[in-house]
Amino acid sequence: MRPSRGFAAALFLPAFLAGCSGWQSALDPKGPAAEELARLIWFFTLLSVAVWLLVMIVLSIAILRRRRQHSDPLAVDARGDRIARRVVSVAVGATGVVLVGLTLLSFFANRTLAGIGTQAAVTIRVTGHQWWWEVRYEDERPARVVTSANEIHVPAGEPVELVLSSTDVIHSLWVPNLAGKLDLIPGRENVLRFVAAEPGTYRGQCAEFCGAQHAHMALVVVAEPRPAFEAWLDRELRPAHPPPPGVPMAGQDVFLGRGCMMCHRIRGTLAGGTTGPDLTHLASRSTLGAGTLEMSRGNLAAWIADPHGIKPGVHMPVMGLGGDELNQVVAYLERLE
Amino acid sequence: MSAAVRLAVLATLVLLGGCDREQRDPRPNARRDTDEQAVAVTTLEPGGERPSPSDPKAQHFADNAYQMSEGKRLYSWFNCSGCHANGGGGMGPALIDDKWIYGASVESVHATIRDGRPNGMPSFGNKVPDDQIWQLAAYVRSMAGLASSAASPGRNDDMMARPSENRPGAASEGKSP
Repeated sequence: MRPSRGFAAALFLPAFLAGCSGWQSALDPKGPAAEELARLIWFFTLLSVAVWLLVMIVLSIAILRRRRQHSDPLAVDARGDRIARRVVSVAVGATGVVLVGLTLLSFFANRTLAGIGTQAAVTIRVTGHQWWWEVRYEDERPARVVTSANEIHVPAGEPVELVLSSTDVIHSLWVPNLAGKLDLIPGRENVLRFVAAEPGTYRGQCAEFCGAQHAHMALVVVAEPRPAFEAWLDRELRPAHPPPPGVPMAGQDVFLGRGCMMCHRIRGTLAGGTTGPDLTHLASRSTLGAGTLEMSRGNLAAWIADPHGIKPGVHMPVMGLGGDELNQVVAYLERLE
Repeated sequence: MSAAVRLAVLATLVLLGGCDREQRDPRPNARRDTDEQAVAVTTLEPGGERPSPSDPKAQHFADNAYQMSEGKRLYSWFNCSGCHANGGGGMGPALIDDKWIYGASVESVHATIRDGRPNGMPSFGNKVPDDQIWQLAAYVRSMAGLASSAASPGRNDDMMARPSENRPGAASEGKSP
């Protein structure tokens, strides 16, 4: 029994450790803020383990060692009492030192975090909705402001400023590889600054329970070198391509005629709804439904036909499109790159 | 039966009455709704309210707290305020008073949104899915205090231009012009 249990534990350990790296892990930092936090996590954990082991050792000794028996129950063991008093005093003092030390450590870590990215050149406004992220790239020139959803593109190696807000309930943005959590609060703006040290794709997740589909409220941060970021932003600023004639063109008519445009916007068409995600360059994004599905023709059709089967309670209604209409609108949407 | 047991049974029965208040459908039927819907063919009638054909769906949406709160969200999402303001009326008629040009029943309000009405109300039948129109209709009735106050939406978190839907509305307070 015992060896097999040990074997199972040995088998599971690598599986647990595999969770420590990857595209959503606080222990695999890819920026100064996350590095600072990872250092803090490791130091706290190791110190706590050391303290725990020490306490357990002392406790075991105390349990195993028999107390000296006196023939006279009223006899006073002055030496033993003195030693015990000293040991307890030292232990209490050490506890105080450790607690104050950890407090100071987290204070200085906070100071380091606050100093990151104060000269950010890129400002991105992230607004939380039930259950998706609106992402607006700010610029001094209004013509260069663009809105997208569920994907944050940032230049790698540069400080970035995210202005966080919400329209309905409190959400929390957490991209563990890049920075700590920060809440998105209705009627309030929080500012999160971070640097993505190296190019890559990092997954983020809402970290504050926000309703039925809280677990399906994810986003992707794409860090690219500056030129690639600029090129992406230029592409994103362009209105949608007009669809080719035939099925995709019919799809645009369905989109504009059957109520998709009541909530969604596709720049370059009459669709100007702002309560749902902007779909101007939908097909260039990697996920669908805020990180719920991978972007593909099949998933797109499934999502439109039965959003509640995928994300029960989602605010996207069942549109009741016929088979042909569904095929047409998917053919239109999958070309919005 | 002792008085305590009788009281407990009574209390349970009273509590059971609240069971349907929040009833919601987490997965609405994704099949296309092909049911023929009754459409009123004339808008002319000699005074009074012309009864709209009753609809089995009305029961499901009217006086349901969840559906009305969804309707409240859609009312602002679809910018009903553009014409009806916050219910006080503007380009379109007021919704918080007791004047209902085309009928106050949930079926009538649903038909108004779906098919439109003369002199400005557009038809949303092809723009908004049917369930969402029913949600809007249920909510619009609550604005005038016509829905059960136990199920109507409560106070907003932000400032409101009128009493909340579960309070006596302008109609019953006699403030309507």
